[in-house]
Amino acid sequence: MRGARAPLPHWVDVGLIPLANVASALLIAGVIVLAIGENPLSAVGVLLAGALGDSEGIGYTLYYATNFVFTGLAVAVAFHAGLFNIGGEGQATLGGLGVGLVLLAGDGHLPFAALLPLALLAATGFGAAWALVPAWLQAYRGSHIVITTIMFNFLAAALMVYLMVNVLIAPGSMSPESREFGPAAYLPQMHEVLVPLGVKLTATPLNLSVALAAALCVFVWLLLWHTPFGFELRTAGHSAAAAVYAGVRPRRVVMISMCLSGAIAGCVGLNEIMGVHHRLLLNFTAGYGFAGIAVALMGRNHPVGIVLAGLLFGILSQGGTELAFAMPAITRDMIVVIQGLVILFSGALPQLSRPGFEWLFAVLSRRAPALWNA
Amino acid sequence: MISLRNVVTLRKPRSGRLEERTTARPPAVELRHIDKRFGAVHANRDVSLSIAAGSITGIVGENGAGKSTLMSILYGFYEADSGEILIDGIPAVIARPADAIALGIGMVHQHFVLVDTFTVLENIMLGAEGGGLLRRGALAAREEVRRLEREYGLRVDPDARVADLPVGALQRVEILKALYRRARLLILDEPTGVLTPQETDQLFRILSALRSNGTTIILITHKLREIMAVTDEVYVMRAGAAVAHRGTAETDSVELAELMVGRKVRLTVDKGTVRFGAPALVAEGLTLRDERGVTRVDNVSFCVRAGEIVAIAGVSGNGQSELLELLAGIRPPTAGRFTANGRVIAPETPSNPADMRAIGVSHIPEDRHRSGLVTAFAANESAILGYQRDRGYSRWLLLIKHKLLRHCERLMERFDVRPRAPMLRSANFSGGNQQKLIVARELDREPKVLLVGQPTRGVDIGAIEFIHRQLLQRRDAGCAILLVSVELDEVMALADRILVMCGGGVVGELSAEEADERKLGLLMANAQSLELRAAAAVGAVP
Repeated sequence: MRGARAPLPHWVDVGLIPLANVASALLIAGVIVLAIGENPLSAVGVLLAGALGDSEGIGYTLYYATNFVFTGLAVAVAFHAGLFNIGGEGQATLGGLGVGLVLLAGDGHLPFAALLPLALLAATGFGAAWALVPAWLQAYRGSHIVITTIMFNFLAAALMVYLMVNVLIAPGSMSPESREFGPAAYLPQMHEVLVPLGVKLTATPLNLSVALAAALCVFVWLLLWHTPFGFELRTAGHSAAAAVYAGVRPRRVVMISMCLSGAIAGCVGLNEIMGVHHRLLLNFTAGYGFAGIAVALMGRNHPVGIVLAGLLFGILSQGGTELAFAMPAITRDMIVVIQGLVILFSGALPQLSRPGFEWLFAVLSRRAPALWNA
Repeated sequence: MISLRNVVTLRKPRSGRLEERTTARPPAVELRHIDKRFGAVHANRDVSLSIAAGSITGIVGENGAGKSTLMSILYGFYEADSGEILIDGIPAVIARPADAIALGIGMVHQHFVLVDTFTVLENIMLGAEGGGLLRRGALAAREEVRRLEREYGLRVDPDARVADLPVGALQRVEILKALYRRARLLILDEPTGVLTPQETDQLFRILSALRSNGTTIILITHKLREIMAVTDEVYVMRAGAAVAHRGTAETDSVELAELMVGRKVRLTVDKGTVRFGAPALVAEGLTLRDERGVTRVDNVSFCVRAGEIVAIAGVSGNGQSELLELLAGIRPPTAGRFTANGRVIAPETPSNPADMRAIGVSHIPEDRHRSGLVTAFAANESAILGYQRDRGYSRWLLLIKHKLLRHCERLMERFDVRPRAPMLRSANFSGGNQQKLIVARELDREPKVLLVGQPTRGVDIGAIEFIHRQLLQRRDAGCAILLVSVELDEVMALADRILVMCGGGVVGELSAEEADERKLGLLMANAQSLELRAAAAVGAVP
């Protein structure tokens, strides 16, 4: 309230502030790198070269980014409906479970053309179902969705451990993994897909899911900003009273938007299980669900922003792995710290630099009011 | 400390002191060349004013004229870009409300800032608890509250829970809070918006008592009648600047209105002759009980004919809002039924807002920020709120942007919404223009039945005039209008018939000709007598 500053122009809001957040994170990471005796600048060089330097690096970066986009979109859809879905991790786990079950049951009998839609249906359906319970509890019983979705992450993990250890484990195996699917159940990887087109790429896990992620970005953008339902969803997210006035049933919006959110998060399972591991296993979600919150916040809950933030996180993941190889002093854990810093600054403290910018622009506008008001 | 100072004040002989003090004391507040910008908005332009100690000074102006910004600067919510503040003749730096409180400035906000679950006493002590343990502070506070109560007639039960108190009492708690913090300058921001005429009179008696004890009072309002009734001097603000300063005795409401708006205004609307048609909205024994079983609307029956405006007057919170929600299909009735445009809605045949729109019932909601529009949406999106499923705006399931824009432009043109910027966020329009956009959206549908809640709350005079004319035009076109308003001026200006609601039921009906402020006030105050009795029961009436 005090000393209210000038409202910031849009480009500062969506461009400069996220950049400043990433810069602050990298700055602190640089100090840490310096403290352990490595050169931060060459570390950045290695990181970028590893992530974007060759087709292999780019392939991995895009593969990671695919998962971040899925979970980022999932968080964003719920967010526009005024719901904070922390349960991406659990919904992704269940999505993967659904994919695994379908493929384990069908890979011997059905062709790929039948397995793909079934697997997609299972990924989205299981993810949606896992989000539906917290949604129902929020809409009809007043339980807070943040609490219930967090709880459902643990439930999903526990369920998965039980199933993998006791039910789905491959006979004779020592690790809790299912048997490998038949080749008909492999989601084609991009280096294979592009061969007929004469493009030769290094083999990477990047698979057709990346196209699904791109399609979902367009779908979410159309749905939220260009359909009557999206209009109602956003209305309910901004003001329940306005939604009721406009003839929208807020409970229905809660149910549908959470289902959508869970379904999108479930697609991580498609990417990981059908696209990469080709078997069901534990912990394949690897924290994507939580990182999705940071991706959505950083991307201002807009598909374009989410793609950009997803790419950044992909770069950090892939480049970080390379960095750990190239500079032994920087361990894998250091990379987690750097990612953590980015999440901290853009996810948890996204408004940290705002007062500074507001002050700066207030000063600028006072210096040159004519320029400013034009 | 507190009681010591008060003992001193009490011992002063009162007669003849006021004169002496006002001449001897420097102005309680002097603002010199205050200037404040919010980005492109120039909220205060070089405002200078001087408030005599021990006076009641009014500051009038339309919404957005900069009154509230100016007072927020004085109370430390904002800092001025330039200018000086002098308190009792001494330059003061007020960087935060705590500074203002320390200087003896108290503020009673338009929207009360009280903790609902606390008692009156706890609320008064909040932030001035007087030590690590509450007990001692509470004893002192109780003593002080008793004294203030005796001295100024600020009746309120210190042990009542705030959530259980009527609005008038809440305001007295706010004033007590300020006085408990030893305020010598009291700023009241639109204090009478929620009060009945009788409660308003009571407030003015309290203010006069405070004045005669040397307290300086600044009254911010847009109601000219109140300025005339209680102030000594008045400043008029327009477009961020203080444009006039008058002794109240030397001016009148017509002059003040002109100064506020900057041109001649008609304070009354010409209603024209009326021809009523067939009943279009008929309620029979409508009853609503909420989730807790409290009866909100109690056996309400009425009839609105085509081409008629029926107004529902009453102190806010007496079931009018719930009645509107019932009729708009937002809540289903618990018992009784109503017929709108031939459709019967009863507990067994409920409706919903979308259906009601479909049968030609439009609704201008009471709270435009919460319901009427989505402040974060662009104007063109707010302009279809409630009609988002209309086929005219979409093709193949997709909303067609240029249709929304064209629709919004047309509404803005027809209803003079400024600026004509369909892409601008709804929040960035002034209150009056937001309301015009909502009225435009609803009237554009040419409804047969129109439900209107507080159509001009927080709206500037120019827009009020415009909205009133639009409503009357719609009535003349044969629309049945049910108007809920707490502004008696508005009710009397527009209505053909007036119902008064109190405690959820209709307690009286007057025709436009027989209605006057006193009669309406007495009907509205039905519950007020209950409040007095409750107060008497706890022995708080002096």
